[in-house]
Amino acid sequence: MKTPVATLTSTIPSSLLECSTRLESLLAAGRGAGADLVEVFLERTDHLGLLAEQDTLTSVSPAFGIGAGIRVFLGSRDGFVSTNDLSDAALFSALDQALGMLGLQRNGAASPRFEGLQPLRDYAGDKGDWLQRCPLLQEASSRLLEGTDLLQRHGRHLQVRRGSYARDWQEVLVAASDGTHSHDIRLHQSLGLNVLAADGDHRASLGRRYGTTDQPDELRLWDADAAARDVCDSAGTMLYADYVEAGQMPAVLANRFGGVIFHEACGHLLETTQVERGTTPFAEQGGQPIAHQAVTAIDEGLSSGAFGSLSMDDEGMEPQRTVLIENGVLQGFLSDRAGELRTGHPRTGSGRRQNHGFAAASRMRNTYIAAGPHSPDQLIASVDRGLYCKSMGGGSVGPTGQFNFAVEEGYLIENGALTRPVKGATLIGEAKEVMPRISMCANDLELAAGFCGSVSGSIFVTVGQPHIKVDSITVGGR
Amino acid sequence: MALSTLNADQLRGDLERLAREQGISQWDLGASCSTDTSVQVDRGEAKQMKGAQRSAITVRVWNSDGLVGITSTSDLSESGLARALGGALDASAYGNAADTPAFSPLATAPLQPREQRLHDPQTILQLLDTLKDAEQQLLSRHGAINTVPYNGLAQRSSERLYLNSAGANRHEALTTASLYLYARAEEAGRKPRSGGAVRLAHGAAELDIAGCIDEAAERTISHLDYAPITTGHYTCVFSPEAFLDLIGAFSSLFNARAVLDGVSLSYRESIGQKLAVPFLNIHDNGLHPGNIGASSFDGEGTPTARLSLVEGGVLRHFLHSEATARAFGVSPTGHAGMGAKVSVGPDYFEVGPAGDGAGGCGQLGLDLNRSSEPIVLIDSLSALHAGVKASQGAFSLPFDGWLIQGGERRSVEAATVAGDIRTVLNNLVGFEGQPRVTPDGVCPHVWVQGLSITGEA
Repeated sequence: MKTPVATLTSTIPSSLLECSTRLESLLAAGRGAGADLVEVFLERTDHLGLLAEQDTLTSVSPAFGIGAGIRVFLGSRDGFVSTNDLSDAALFSALDQALGMLGLQRNGAASPRFEGLQPLRDYAGDKGDWLQRCPLLQEASSRLLEGTDLLQRHGRHLQVRRGSYARDWQEVLVAASDGTHSHDIRLHQSLGLNVLAADGDHRASLGRRYGTTDQPDELRLWDADAAARDVCDSAGTMLYADYVEAGQMPAVLANRFGGVIFHEACGHLLETTQVERGTTPFAEQGGQPIAHQAVTAIDEGLSSGAFGSLSMDDEGMEPQRTVLIENGVLQGFLSDRAGELRTGHPRTGSGRRQNHGFAAASRMRNTYIAAGPHSPDQLIASVDRGLYCKSMGGGSVGPTGQFNFAVEEGYLIENGALTRPVKGATLIGEAKEVMPRISMCANDLELAAGFCGSVSGSIFVTVGQPHIKVDSITVGGR
Repeated sequence: MALSTLNADQLRGDLERLAREQGISQWDLGASCSTDTSVQVDRGEAKQMKGAQRSAITVRVWNSDGLVGITSTSDLSESGLARALGGALDASAYGNAADTPAFSPLATAPLQPREQRLHDPQTILQLLDTLKDAEQQLLSRHGAINTVPYNGLAQRSSERLYLNSAGANRHEALTTASLYLYARAEEAGRKPRSGGAVRLAHGAAELDIAGCIDEAAERTISHLDYAPITTGHYTCVFSPEAFLDLIGAFSSLFNARAVLDGVSLSYRESIGQKLAVPFLNIHDNGLHPGNIGASSFDGEGTPTARLSLVEGGVLRHFLHSEATARAFGVSPTGHAGMGAKVSVGPDYFEVGPAGDGAGGCGQLGLDLNRSSEPIVLIDSLSALHAGVKASQGAFSLPFDGWLIQGGERRSVEAATVAGDIRTVLNNLVGFEGQPRVTPDGVCPHVWVQGLSITGEA
């Protein structure tokens, strides 16, 4: 067998910073053509994906790429063009195309309205060796196979055991004609364990995903044993669960990924992209109560190591801590450059995109409901008959604020105590109606990593909450 | 090299030389490039106009031990190719010896001729004018339609190719266009409602814009008068789009890769066994004229072809890649992606009654408006990514639809439909109307009895 080289990324060119001077002439040309603002987003990426099934590494998928996204604003309109080609000719061609969308044309003269880029705000700092500090293939695959082996040890009736690992490294440079000049290196790593348990006609598929930002040692520090036990315990419980009986009932949602309910049901509706479209019921409700007074909700990009944290957003702005709801009262929206322009809500460092192929949009980062005064047991004890949602699957929100979530692991609550496990539950409702029904928050706030797909692509986010109680919600089932 | 077109001869020459330099004798490559333009509007104004030039390659190499490695990149320069080959060679050290892909034996077989004219792109300002006009027409259809918050008109010119070191050389070019209009309507004292429509064509000039406006308006307006539905079990009628979505979500039933991986509800020995009512046929036909964006070959170069999946309710064939076909002792079917572990997926379903009538056709003359019992017409399903447990067969999905009772149709407020795909396939009552061509396949309305509906009444 051929011995692998030290890293798959050894030929990455030195830095995007070499492009800054070239970008100044591009920005000047755009301004000279009459654009109000020109922004260039450059990126270089390096991805590694691993999949282990049973006790074998079955897929190793490296990928690398480069690209640029050029956005031109004129009034409240904008044109956006992306390309994989970073040559001068390709970048100017992309600029011309973006200008043309707005009826503008380059005239060859430099613009007196462009005063050059500001001194670089370099957030990459000491991140230059992060990629090299990540585990090499040999170590990464060993850790993953350790995970699938632990699943075998701790689980019963496991038909399929899977472990997955993804490492996404990204270097970005943002330059704009307002002087914005920012550079960063980002590192996201995620790990997942999934099982399919089967016994006769009984089947249960469950998984857990963990993710961090900017922590090269993530995989080394991963507690594979605890993760495997957690997945196997849940699979063993859910394997013989009955289908939930449908209806309206109170629900207690567990902490961590239970926060997806706030993310989908409310968080998206507080992005200025939704305000622009007229698809949020909260657009005109700033300063008014939109939730139960027990609810305070925050979105920020600052928590150390959290999957949605950033040193700067994809428009070169430092992230902020944005209080969305305080004691039930709507305090603010998440805004990007276009959102500020079109809605008046000031930017919050929330301009995000999957890659250079998307224009940035206002998106969530680490979004969570703040801890309350109760213990989780108090929430459960307050319910006569309802549903305890220990683990949530995915969900979505529609254009009228209707949301839905799959419950991956659920239990009935009867007379204030958890009784039998139930499967097949879906929670549905409308944000405007459910927010006032979150009447109790526990004191055990925790965050969980996830991916969010929306107008500017799929991005890394964190959801979170303490245990919360919803007084009444529609539970879809059999 | 220019990124706007793929030069197969140059790519092959570069790859052969670079592979030789790195001691690689067996390789294959999939490449694509595309140029896209799209517009969105908001109440008569341009909201966003986008353009994109994309290129990508995926290269696989077999090392001296016969193990496979892969690398993908958007850098089609010579240095990008060299790096991709080196990365793939490094990755091949970790190739799976128990399941190594090989070249498809059909990678040089003749392709079925197809008539797919390439269209010149319209200017982005033409697209903008068309979409502004479409938005205005939709807004004018009903006083309650106040915005069209999700809309877009897009066109794409693309090329893809597949090359391998054994001489395979596939290439095709394609143009496509799409229009979607999703309107939001609200009446005083009532909840906002929404509805939409999508159209695809080979070029922007061919798009059925009037049809898209009509359908989006009809759907939106028809949901204005809504009421909650009582939770219970109902006979449901799936629209063609909704039934195709459901079949697509459970396509692991027909997927040989999923069977081998143990995550399908089917087993090796399921071929020839009853899966559904005897009057159901399901085919996969990527070459159907309604499949806009169809490819004439898959990720391994195997020609796309029509394949019988279910005939007379009996499972007949699985979808295969080269590796799964080898494991089953059959030929690849043209449904492979490209990877170290090759994925398998469907192209375009054709669902309908069994052709020879041997298994019966279910109930004939089904008519929603003449049914004496309450019927739920499911127009569209949502959140399939979250509400489907494909390996368990279970689903619980929000839907838009109507309750039809005594010939009257009323929109259903928020509700979910839940069940098990195996039960659904065996509880089909029959079909209504002629099969309809949709972006995801061809299907008539499908009646299914005994599904669980959860509403807020």
